[in-house]
Amino acid sequence: MNKIVVGLIFGAVLGALDGATAWFTPDVRSMMTSIMVGSTFKGMIVGLLSGWFARRVNSTQWGIVVGSVLGLAFAFAVAAMPSENGQHYYLEIMLPGFVVGAIIGFLTQKMGTSSPVKRSS
Amino acid sequence: MELSDLVLHHLREVVDLPDLAGTRYELGEEIGRGGLGVVYAARDMQLDRRVALKVMDAAWAGEARLIACLEHPGIVPVYETGTLPDGRVFYAMKLVAGVRADRYVASNPPLGERLRVAHRVGEALAFAHSCGVLHRDLKPQNVMVGRFGEVYVMDWGVEGVAGTPAFRAPETPFDQRSDVYALGALVRFLLPADAHPALIAIAAKAMSRRPDERYADVSGVLLEIEKFQDGLAVEAYVESPWQRVRRFAKRNEVLLWLLAAYAGAKFLVFFARSL
Repeated sequence: MNKIVVGLIFGAVLGALDGATAWFTPDVRSMMTSIMVGSTFKGMIVGLLSGWFARRVNSTQWGIVVGSVLGLAFAFAVAAMPSENGQHYYLEIMLPGFVVGAIIGFLTQKMGTSSPVKRSS
Repeated sequence: MELSDLVLHHLREVVDLPDLAGTRYELGEEIGRGGLGVVYAARDMQLDRRVALKVMDAAWAGEARLIACLEHPGIVPVYETGTLPDGRVFYAMKLVAGVRADRYVASNPPLGERLRVAHRVGEALAFAHSCGVLHRDLKPQNVMVGRFGEVYVMDWGVEGVAGTPAFRAPETPFDQRSDVYALGALVRFLLPADAHPALIAIAAKAMSRRPDERYADVSGVLLEIEKFQDGLAVEAYVESPWQRVRRFAKRNEVLLWLLAAYAGAKFLVFFARSL
């Protein structure tokens, strides 16, 4: 399995799990479906980009850094959108999103196969 | 006329010195002495390079032919073989600048380096076995560790070599598993006193008295060492549940820290909201 697929799978799973933790915030329980879909989608994009990076750069440290930066950036994009009650949840979305991005970045470095060596004809 | 012991000793040494007239080599100092012969440093005058020259009785001429068949990065390459005027045979080989494994261990290298040396020796041995050649006398004195980390297995044994007691398998005749025994003994020798029990168990399994209780081949030993280095369970060692948990935690240290950071972040968010 290549690293991009690994990134997509882990991004989807971790994104969904991260979204599911919104259940512990009573104010947003009514928006659980959209939160989970959004969080899963965000995780998949971070996973896709982290996987793409991991195919080019073989470094656990840089994988974690890139994953966390991507996680933070996409979490900011989500948090910047006001919720149905008009509130922004920057801390609630960005802090876990940052760490989830780091985990996805780490996993894409450790698992999956890199791009095959190109042969010149 | 009586000669003093000193003079006799000197004469004996001079007589033992190989006469290299008619060869391309100029004799240097003696650098080693084993059961099969004496190794000298020499200069190849045609190519102007230093070589090692092993001089031995004609009966052991097979050793050179044996080693010349083995082309492997872990086996010292033989350049040339020849016969001296006194009937002894010699072969010229690469002069390895480094130390023997016993002296190397005395310098207290880190565990990873010790295992790398053991692994390289095992690779050379596995290659020789695939060519149908046994070492028969593997011991620290026959392993050279070069200045740049290169590892060479020397003194490949020939039929009839007895081996060194501490590293010799108890059975006769020797087969591949006898070399597995010697490799186990070498691994044990290379390990520090406080080595992980799993590594000691690998060496012990390779050194089982019964050949059928050892690893089937050298690759089995190497695979176990690799498993240990990758933080996986090894076949030779049954670990307790607590050891299994510790090994898992060590192997997945970064991931566990990241998961802990996630849990911490969630708790922080939870408490920040309730303030």
